[in-house]
Amino acid sequence: MAEAIAAPGLIGKSSARSTAERREAHSGWMLSLPALVLLFMFILLPVAAVILMSFTDYELGYTGFKWVGVENYADLFTNRTFKRSLWNTTVYTAIVAPVSIFMALGLAMLIESEGIGRSFFRTAYFLPVASLLVAMATVWQYLFHPTIGPVNALLRLVDIEGPNWLGASGYVLYGLSIIGVWQSVGFNLVLFLAGLTAIPRELYAAAHVDGARSSWDRFRLVTWPMLGPTTLFVTTISIINAVKVFETVKTLTEGGPNKASEVLLFTIYQEGFVYLRVGYASAMTVVFLLILVILMFLQYRIQDRQVHYS
Amino acid sequence: MNANTFTLGRALRLFIVSFGALIFLAPYVFMISTAGKAQSDIFSSSLNLIPQNLSYVANFTKALTRVSMTTLLWNGVVVCALIFVIQVVIAIPCAYAMAKLKFRAARVMMVLVMLGLLVPIHATALPIYVAFDRAALLNSYFALVAPFTISVFGIFLFLQFFRAMPDDLIHAARLDGMSEIGIIARVIVPNAWPAITAFAIFSVVAHWNDLYWPLIVISNQSYATPPLGLLYFRAAEAGDDYGALMAATLIITFPLVAAFLLAQKRFVEGITMTGLKG
Repeated sequence: MAEAIAAPGLIGKSSARSTAERREAHSGWMLSLPALVLLFMFILLPVAAVILMSFTDYELGYTGFKWVGVENYADLFTNRTFKRSLWNTTVYTAIVAPVSIFMALGLAMLIESEGIGRSFFRTAYFLPVASLLVAMATVWQYLFHPTIGPVNALLRLVDIEGPNWLGASGYVLYGLSIIGVWQSVGFNLVLFLAGLTAIPRELYAAAHVDGARSSWDRFRLVTWPMLGPTTLFVTTISIINAVKVFETVKTLTEGGPNKASEVLLFTIYQEGFVYLRVGYASAMTVVFLLILVILMFLQYRIQDRQVHYS
Repeated sequence: MNANTFTLGRALRLFIVSFGALIFLAPYVFMISTAGKAQSDIFSSSLNLIPQNLSYVANFTKALTRVSMTTLLWNGVVVCALIFVIQVVIAIPCAYAMAKLKFRAARVMMVLVMLGLLVPIHATALPIYVAFDRAALLNSYFALVAPFTISVFGIFLFLQFFRAMPDDLIHAARLDGMSEIGIIARVIVPNAWPAITAFAIFSVVAHWNDLYWPLIVISNQSYATPPLGLLYFRAAEAGDDYGALMAATLIITFPLVAAFLLAQKRFVEGITMTGLKG
């Protein structure tokens, strides 16, 4: 009986709450609907389409297409240009990511411990990040010019005959890597500076009490572990950005000479938007996307294992 | 540790950072210097920073007449402004709903946003290009702007920011009878300026510099954005006319660099905020 009497009140209350809840859910839906529609149109649908198209022989300009199964993928791994392109992207990333990370870390620590000119140095190193890369690539092309370029003119002063940085197949990846490092150090540096400022001073004092006297000890015991999350983030971003190298290649080398600077995005661009072989380029895009997924997955895995100090 | 090694270490430290800064700034120095050099000058003395006979006027005239720089810069401004405004108008309500309203789709949307963060324009470009080509939408502001109207990164950034906002603020506004739209416009946005500025910097830098997408959808010079225009200029200026090339580079690099120099603190804050949270 008691239950029966209590029941109507309970129902009334819960239905009042549920109308409020329903109204909240309704506004939630309405407010996120535009974003959802666009997300669907410009991200989910295209990704699904790329995956589907990678199993076809679709070419822009032709009306029909055939399903070809995994033929495009099988072709990719026998295609010399694509293999070359994957290899070049790997080499470029293997140079640019570590160099720009460690250079930024070193500079950030030097700038952090130096009182004078902090904001000046930060600005100087960050300027390339805020500059139009296509424009600055043009400047680098002049700097690297084999005969009239200042870089080789400087080298000539010390009797070294500099190479044709962007025109010789043995050097072009190094030339592009130098530009890549120049362009990305400032971004990493700013992140490391923020990470360094966040380390509590007391930790260094404590380490000193515990016998960490040399600066190497301080770095090993305090700075490096405390910077862990920043370093992981900077590493992921640097690798992903290096894998996505395109602007400098398109502006300066067009993949040449002799495919020596053919990189992943440039190959996709050529196949898909110049030769219009959409099916084939889609298969390349799927490989590119898989590389990004694997990188992000690795980041999450490492992040999970990392000790959190904050 | 005596005073002597301290000063030596410090001198070394200053030398390293200054030398590095000099190298990092060198391209700008050469750009400004070469933009004022005549062709003969460029070929004879590449290490001489001061032009022998000043050719700034000649080089800048060439740069300004070959390709319409004002059109390029204007296109850049229009495209970046449109992208940013639409991104914010779409992302803020969505992020607010996900952060502060209870509805069942919120969880699924979080997964979609995290997935979306993985997908750059390079991965979606092919199907969008095919669709735009079919619909005869290429060579338009629409083609340049549309794929970027949704910024999952923006949603993610605002979501983080809104979660940290006190619920009381919103409850109080609701008791005052404000609608959800009213709350967003009069409570959320005024309190979210740091996040909005940070996102503005992120968005404008990314789209001002983007070459990939404009290169794909634009073949008509009158819709070219700055990076694309510079490519056209390079093609038209084939050869080694580095004086004019450097003048063009200078004009095109200047707006964003000037903005950066004027609002450095905001830029750095923005990068740290969007960077660390992204």
